[in-house]
Amino acid sequence: MKSKPAQPEKQAAGVAPPASVTRREFLKRMGLLGGGLIVYATVGDMQAFARAAREGFKGAKVPVDFNAFLKVGTDSRVTCFVGKIEMGQGPITSFAQMVAEELDVLYESVDMVMGDTDRCPWDAGTWGSYSTRYYGIFVKEAACEAKGVLLELAAERLGCPPARLVAQAGVIYDSNRAGNRVTYGELTQGRVIERHLKEVPALKPVTEYTISGKPYLRRDAREKVIGAARYTGDIRLPGMVYAKILRPPAHGAKPVDVDTSAAERVTGVEVVRDGDLVAVLHPYPDVAQQALASIKAQYDRPQTGVNDNTIFEHLLKNAPSPVVADQAGDLQMGQKKATTIVEETYLNSYVAHAPMETHTALAHFENGRLTVWASTQSPFGVQRQVAEAVGLSAEKVRVITPFVGGGFGGKSASAQAIEAARLAKITAKPVMVMWSREEEFFFDTFRPAAVVKIRSGLDRDGSVAFWDYHVYFAGQRGCENFYEIPHHRESVYGEWRIAPGIHPFAVGPWRAPAANTNVYARDLHLNLMAAAAGQDPLDFRLRHLKDRRMRSVLEAVAQKIGYTSAKTPSGRGIGIACGIDAETVVAVMAEVVVDPKNGAVRVKRVACAQEMGQVVNPQGATIQMEGCLTMGLGYALAEEMRFDSGRLLDTNFDTYTIPRFSWVPKIETVIVPNPSLPPKGGGEPAIVCMGGVLATAVHDATGAKVLQLPMTRDRVMAALKNK
Amino acid sequence: MIETIAFTLNDQPVSLRVDSDRPLLWLLRTDLGLTGAKFGCGEGLCGACTVLVNNEAVPACQMSVKAVAGSDVRTIEGLAKNGQLHPIQEAFVAHDALQCGFCTPGMILKAYGLLVSNPTPTRQQIVDGMEDNLCRCGAHVRIVEAIQTAAKALKGGTP
Repeated sequence: MKSKPAQPEKQAAGVAPPASVTRREFLKRMGLLGGGLIVYATVGDMQAFARAAREGFKGAKVPVDFNAFLKVGTDSRVTCFVGKIEMGQGPITSFAQMVAEELDVLYESVDMVMGDTDRCPWDAGTWGSYSTRYYGIFVKEAACEAKGVLLELAAERLGCPPARLVAQAGVIYDSNRAGNRVTYGELTQGRVIERHLKEVPALKPVTEYTISGKPYLRRDAREKVIGAARYTGDIRLPGMVYAKILRPPAHGAKPVDVDTSAAERVTGVEVVRDGDLVAVLHPYPDVAQQALASIKAQYDRPQTGVNDNTIFEHLLKNAPSPVVADQAGDLQMGQKKATTIVEETYLNSYVAHAPMETHTALAHFENGRLTVWASTQSPFGVQRQVAEAVGLSAEKVRVITPFVGGGFGGKSASAQAIEAARLAKITAKPVMVMWSREEEFFFDTFRPAAVVKIRSGLDRDGSVAFWDYHVYFAGQRGCENFYEIPHHRESVYGEWRIAPGIHPFAVGPWRAPAANTNVYARDLHLNLMAAAAGQDPLDFRLRHLKDRRMRSVLEAVAQKIGYTSAKTPSGRGIGIACGIDAETVVAVMAEVVVDPKNGAVRVKRVACAQEMGQVVNPQGATIQMEGCLTMGLGYALAEEMRFDSGRLLDTNFDTYTIPRFSWVPKIETVIVPNPSLPPKGGGEPAIVCMGGVLATAVHDATGAKVLQLPMTRDRVMAALKNK
Repeated sequence: MIETIAFTLNDQPVSLRVDSDRPLLWLLRTDLGLTGAKFGCGEGLCGACTVLVNNEAVPACQMSVKAVAGSDVRTIEGLAKNGQLHPIQEAFVAHDALQCGFCTPGMILKAYGLLVSNPTPTRQQIVDGMEDNLCRCGAHVRIVEAIQTAAKALKGGTP
């Protein structure tokens, strides 16, 4: 930053928010970052946000009342500070668009600072497709109020009534005399000004948008294609060492004897033993890895007998009592009306996140403060966890999130940061912990294995008479009913996040948690019902649907794929699935070919229609849809973690197979416009349909019902034999 | 074994006293401070660490330093010339052929190696040629399109 440090200055005009220690400290930091204008956003449901912030932060002092920040620098560049992180999903671009739109500056003049706990307002974490639909509101409000303050300052400076002022591309001018003008940078004059507006102006109407709603290419692409983009593992500090940590051979294994003497003899290696943590450190990770391999360790390993085949029985045996997520009518009455019963049990296996960047963190103590660079989806969560682990107050811990190399929910948990912090404290050196691929698979918070049981009936007219749905351990999200079914109940036995001691290893949120499982089971079951009723599966869904948004995406996707009505199984291999996720409605159709000799499923085409309210960056939204559809091929067709008594059998990409170039079908996407709704989620919805669309496609092609995901060749062959 | 290893790195001669059994990836990322080649799997299964050795795309985690003695090594940092993006890089930007970007340097150099051996690949040949490089975000379709665009821009010439 070129400008001089400046102290916060309160101006007479406007109403400053009540001061707090945290805020003053924050302003001081901002002041040290260079001059500019700081605006506190006051947004609609501030209390709810503040409550969420407090709950999430467990009482720590956090600036909950100014949750979105902007700085207008002396050079008129605008910096937007958000606690969200960039892991490929694109908010670095869409937030900048939102700021530029509401502040009336050039998109190119906006800089983004993300996921830095010293510089950004508190945020729970980057997940749930929340960035645009919730946090975006704060960002827009902040920009809108900043513009209001600038207009006030300009009115004073130009001696012109505010009504005559026009803001455009970072300049404010008198509409009667265009030469009477001032830039945003001239107005801020290098000061940090704290000012609030008495009345926050309304956000721009969508019809006036010139930046938001237009397709923008990724703004981080250039640095990423030249190798200049920094991920956590790319940060280098003088004197830093890499730590390799001793790991058990299986979950639940306890060390009984650890002999580190051979590792200690390796030149330049430092061995640390701190309770459960045994680590080998060296300036070169490859040397540390070799030294680690020389450690002799014996373990007690429990033989639970739970493996990837017995897990479903284990889960059903240990299921908690259900929570009814949704219901209507009376199931017994529905059963009386039913003339045909369709009943099935659906399974899905544990699925890994497998981001290309493994969990990585670099921790550095300096002058009593700890700085941690971490590949995480939750920098403020890491700040709290690390502070607890090393006995510092959270204010003394700064977490910086460089570019994150993929997360998909898996970097909501960031144990690597705690490991790095503990080791940095013990060794008084900057310590890098970069998990190996084996560690990444071992310590992943997997998408839980799950069971869905559905019992349903058709009445004499071929309509759904009742729907009794039971989901075990996947969770509620996406199981709610949106069809016109008179008698239904959705019972949820255990959430993806709450099941201590039941799963053989950690589970957690995996891109649209629970919804992938629920949509797979629901849509395959609906197709089995359509088949029993002798109906076309699209017509079958539409005759039970009033919801206009859902009808619009089903019709759009059918048109895209050129669908013609036919009873299923039709032999054509066309599948269908639809759902609601992150308030976005989405429908997918796909065409597959099944090899009867080996059960291989080849996906030829996938089409997806999505209605997500207003779209900030249609380019980014389209790419998220494509990414979801491509990634979703994996859990539908191949991805599962095999294990036996806590030992993982898939530890690298040789046997844990994720989608490759040759798998990828022709992909077509449609965004069904609906500017009447504010923006809805975009990072997750399309993936929820992939299990369902491919399972229904396999059934439509062959009549085989594959009742377990992933649909491996063996499972498809078995289903072909059973039909 | 500690020995002096000389090779060309991004058009510059380098000569290092080094344990020549170390993996090239970690020599690049530590001693040489070139972090464009990423660690992804450590076993040559993902392609995130892809670099060019004598214009052939190889996983740097599987190459020892001594194996590149006397060779011409190029990393992603050495592809753009004087701030001018290489046509493959330009095409990746223009097609938004990346999301998190972690696999991107490896993808670009893999594509470079592909275009060296086959300057006018069909779509299927691109798919086959890129098969070993993994992308978790699902940018595959755009990566293929970017490589097609780059091949056209290069007009069948050497990348």
